[in-house]
Amino acid sequence: MNRVPMEGKVLNENARVAAELRERFREHRVLVVNLVSSPGSGKTTLLEKTLEALPKASRVAVLTGDLQTENDANRLKRYGYPVKQITTGGTCHLDARMIEKHIADWNLDDLDLLIIENVGNLVCPSSYDLGEAAKIVLLSVTEGEDKPLKYPSIFFKSELMILTKTDLLPYVPFNVEEAVANARRVHSEMEVVKVASLAGDGLQEWMTWLEQRKQAFLAELPQPVAAP
Amino acid sequence: MHELGIANSILDGVAAEVRRRPGARPVKVGVRVGELAGLDPDALRFAFEALTLDTPLAGLALDIEFRASRNRCRDCSHEFEVRNFELLCPACGSITTSCISGDELEFAYLEIEEAEDSTLHEEIQKI
Repeated sequence: MNRVPMEGKVLNENARVAAELRERFREHRVLVVNLVSSPGSGKTTLLEKTLEALPKASRVAVLTGDLQTENDANRLKRYGYPVKQITTGGTCHLDARMIEKHIADWNLDDLDLLIIENVGNLVCPSSYDLGEAAKIVLLSVTEGEDKPLKYPSIFFKSELMILTKTDLLPYVPFNVEEAVANARRVHSEMEVVKVASLAGDGLQEWMTWLEQRKQAFLAELPQPVAAP
Repeated sequence: MHELGIANSILDGVAAEVRRRPGARPVKVGVRVGELAGLDPDALRFAFEALTLDTPLAGLALDIEFRASRNRCRDCSHEFEVRNFELLCPACGSITTSCISGDELEFAYLEIEEAEDSTLHEEIQKI
């Protein structure tokens, strides 16, 4: 019997494609964010409000993942931006290969921002790097404030937690401070934004976060050489 | 939930390693799985067994090395095991600590023996 060392990540192929994508996104200066949450916590509604609130002619595109149906893409296409549905046919997460395939006929030079709406699932998407600059986790106030402790992996890997449906707070036993404290137990630097997408509360704060994240992303990149 | 896909990726890695070593029969593969990797070890073992059944890799053992979540304090450099998501530095009380292990999902080793059956390698080549 002979034991030989093996190196590399188990999801090597996904990691390789994700690293290639990340490099392409950096080269074309496209900020990519990956939205994750349980089903029904308001990712699509937040996206609708986000697309509505963006300045006209913003250079943004959306990839939206679900097991079946084109429903989300149809909802999001109304805002006039490029939107593609990724139907996974049963797979519980998006992987880097799906992203690569679905952006193939988009010219990344035409984009500043790509928003990926992952399959509704707090577990599996945390294992799959999509080449994004930031993961953003949504938690709706109808879900319970201990979700970050029950599903720590995804909260650990997300930069921002968006508490959604805050307009329902008067009707549900949800302790906002405890939810934030739980998220920060898992990830001490977690940033938090509270929104009620349908009522419009907090949307401005979210848009500001997104703009600042874009500036931070661009500042990390090598500066383009100014034309003489 | 996604353990089946992970098990498949482990087997892809084993098959690639075996292709590089003609005449070798894999006996056991070791992987490091961190506490924060979001994997259920039992589900992973189940998926692994189901995928290898009736294939040339049937009987291949899976050794899961569990890695606890560990952080290092950015103020005093103390390293500690994170229990119950208590991220505060136990030495100096600082809240700025960062993860140094616990999110792994990587290969560790492969145990191989000389294949008695020379056709085995050809079959593994096809996987």
